[in-house]
Amino acid sequence: MSDPKHQPAQKLVFVAIAILLVIYPLVLPRFYSALAIEILIMSLFALSFNLMFGYAGMLSFGQAMFFGIGAYTAGLFLKYISSSLALAMFACVTASFLAAVLIGFVCVRFTRTYFIMLTVAFSELIYAIGHKWASLTGGDDGLVGIPIPRYAIAHLPTIDLENIQTYYYFTLIVVALGALVLRIIVNSRFGHVLRAIRDNRERAEFLGLNVRRHLLLSFAIAGLFAGLAGALLIPFEGMVSLETLHFSRSADPIIMSILGGTRFFLGPVVGSALFILIKDTIQNFAEFWMLWMGAIFVGTVLFLPGGVVGFVGSLGLFRSRHATTEEKEG
Amino acid sequence: MIFIQFLNGLSTAMLLFLLASGLTLIFGVLRVINFAHGSLYMLGAYFTYSIATLSGNYWLSLVVAPLCVAVAAAIIELLFLRRLYAREHEFQLLLLFGFVLVLDDVVKACWGTALKLVPKPAALDGSVQILGRTFPEYTVLIIVLGPLVALGLWYALARTRIGKQIVAASLDRDAANALGMNVPFLYTTVFVFGAWLGGLGGAVAAPLRAASPGMGMEIVIMSFAVVIIGGLGSIWGAFLGSILIGEVLAFGTLVVPKFVVVLPFAFMILVFLWRPQGLFGKGGV
Amino acid sequence: MPILETKNLSKSFGALQAVSNVSLQMEEGSLTSVIGPNGAGKTTLFNLISGRYVPNSGAVLLKGENIAGLPPHVLVRKGMGRSFQITNIFPELTVLTNVCVALTASSGRSYDCLHALKSSREILGEASAIVESVGLSEYTEYRGSALSHGDRKLLEFAMVLAMKPIIMLLDEPTAGMNQEETNNTVRLIREISRERNITVLLTEHDIDLVFSISDRIAVLNQGRLIAEGTPAEIRANDLVKKAYLGEDE
Repeated sequence: MSDPKHQPAQKLVFVAIAILLVIYPLVLPRFYSALAIEILIMSLFALSFNLMFGYAGMLSFGQAMFFGIGAYTAGLFLKYISSSLALAMFACVTASFLAAVLIGFVCVRFTRTYFIMLTVAFSELIYAIGHKWASLTGGDDGLVGIPIPRYAIAHLPTIDLENIQTYYYFTLIVVALGALVLRIIVNSRFGHVLRAIRDNRERAEFLGLNVRRHLLLSFAIAGLFAGLAGALLIPFEGMVSLETLHFSRSADPIIMSILGGTRFFLGPVVGSALFILIKDTIQNFAEFWMLWMGAIFVGTVLFLPGGVVGFVGSLGLFRSRHATTEEKEG
Repeated sequence: MIFIQFLNGLSTAMLLFLLASGLTLIFGVLRVINFAHGSLYMLGAYFTYSIATLSGNYWLSLVVAPLCVAVAAAIIELLFLRRLYAREHEFQLLLLFGFVLVLDDVVKACWGTALKLVPKPAALDGSVQILGRTFPEYTVLIIVLGPLVALGLWYALARTRIGKQIVAASLDRDAANALGMNVPFLYTTVFVFGAWLGGLGGAVAAPLRAASPGMGMEIVIMSFAVVIIGGLGSIWGAFLGSILIGEVLAFGTLVVPKFVVVLPFAFMILVFLWRPQGLFGKGGV
Repeated sequence: MPILETKNLSKSFGALQAVSNVSLQMEEGSLTSVIGPNGAGKTTLFNLISGRYVPNSGAVLLKGENIAGLPPHVLVRKGMGRSFQITNIFPELTVLTNVCVALTASSGRSYDCLHALKSSREILGEASAIVESVGLSEYTEYRGSALSHGDRKLLEFAMVLAMKPIIMLLDEPTAGMNQEETNNTVRLIREISRERNITVLLTEHDIDLVFSISDRIAVLNQGRLIAEGTPAEIRANDLVKKAYLGEDE
């Protein structure tokens, strides 16, 4: 619920950003398109993570497993079954959703520390399977030789994802739709129930809510979108690398969400952009960029509990009314 | 052959125990899983490398390196972790995780990315004959060290004044506070001591496994499994859990070499499903 | 048939027998107060009835069905609402959202991922009405954590109402309130429960209050039920006087 005074201004900002996003690859060199694609994909990944963490209060250190499952499913589908982009994506989201339901069923029975440990355990398990089942996944070499979809629908121009501009627009549309769906979920009755569960789990139970089932649903949705993000990565390299399942991948959405701000819908998006831009910048000067990123992360955890968005918001730019209102959602 | 493998498993187990005991101790009192534990272990190995290389004396590094790690841990706790005790639990975890990111790169920046070999101490460079087969002396040290540390821990917790305070604080933090115990001091002590154990693990592991940037991650996740299986907060559980996982890994390598890494996690999940508080744990899930 | 009944309900924690052999009946629409000195087992009894604890022995019958040991969310679905001694609300959500969430839960549409909560005029309207009925209208947009202690208890009461219960368990609903707030709350409880024929079970320390509003009073001491009856009967009961009221006089 925005303050009416700020609404027209906010709308203008959104429209301006939307226009920028659309003309972006047409005016900037190729490298920037690749950068933007990476930011978009990571944004979706981080948004999916934040549904679980910022809204439902579940800290998962294992989201890479769904990111990877989505990527490998789409890759395997394209390589062995059909070059249909739509079907591959359908397979990808189905697989990640189902995996998330199964794994989540076990995980949501536990809270806090034990939940976190379980997500780590399952993630390591899946990584090990991905690593050892080389006949399926290609092991250390990754899944190579995936035909990049060139999709022709009737008279519309061919969607050739090897063309970076097409890839960019495709990613933009998928991520925008994904973000839109997540936004709807977050503002829905279910979304508010999740917030309530995070706020006071016991009260939620005593309102008649089956807390575990609600958390499971949010876990599954998060897994679904993480998998989708993973699949979007395929045209980048033409392959799926084992790294998509690695523990460090699980760290990415966590860092991005915290950096941007977990209590704001677009926080993770801002965080992703910052993360990738900072990483790129540091890599020009220093070899070990994670050192600085880690330090920034530590600093954010200590001093900016609301992330960058929270910090900027507290400077009075987006603030309305008195401090007793609910947090402004991005 | 079986017995040799059993002994191999024991040595892995004792290394794991050095880490797991610190982890479980820290969790018991501070109620936080020290994600940075693997990094502290790694620091222990690297400090050992540097001190041993500079002084030529491994035994010196065995004493000094864990102390250096303890100092690092003190800095982390006093300057950083302490500020988050009032906040939500998750932030402490995230902070420690942040340190993992930083420390892993610090190590690369200071020592490079290549493996750093640490020579075994001359006194233990040989091997012994066990049941007709040769077995490295150094590994025997590790196997012997484990129970010694366990006994030492037991004694410290059960018989010393501060040990009893630590146990009390792990059972009921508020009561401990009310009884006039200096809880913040206890927290720091426990964190530093747990880190010292981890550093000791790194120092002991260094001649065996060399110091490398990824070593912390590899073993810490394994120690999480040990701690969960043994029960968060229980030293005895950590001991038994270490032996279990150590032997599972040792014999798993013989039976299912390809999927041996999966086993500890499979075990962990199974234990979780059967008895979430682990073999000896007390905390609620 | 009484709407809520406990039969020989017992609960011990290790060596401590918190509740022993308590048998109570509550008729539909009545207001029963449970009193007793500190440590008498009142909150434990509440926790047993509302599903927070599992009894060691005995039964809890809601409309004839044994509900002992069922998880809280199931009991709520059966019509049992409860408030807590230490107020249990959603501190980060606004007052209105608190009640909206309660309504969403009771309507069974809590898995609805499509419809925005804030654009449902139906829910907003009903929530506003409930908030108004407890007198918190001017705080609708305030976060739960920003409310005073007394107002938080009112909010919790509003949430209990939003659950559309047939029976309400109120654990010290006026604790920490000043006289005016207490009177207000008590009036609310009476009015609303009468209006909607809700059975009320409450515990209180304010004895005058208890005597003025209760249909029946149950007295616990050291986990045992030592007396049960109308206010007049309890006032005349010697055992009660000795154990409890006598200490006050």
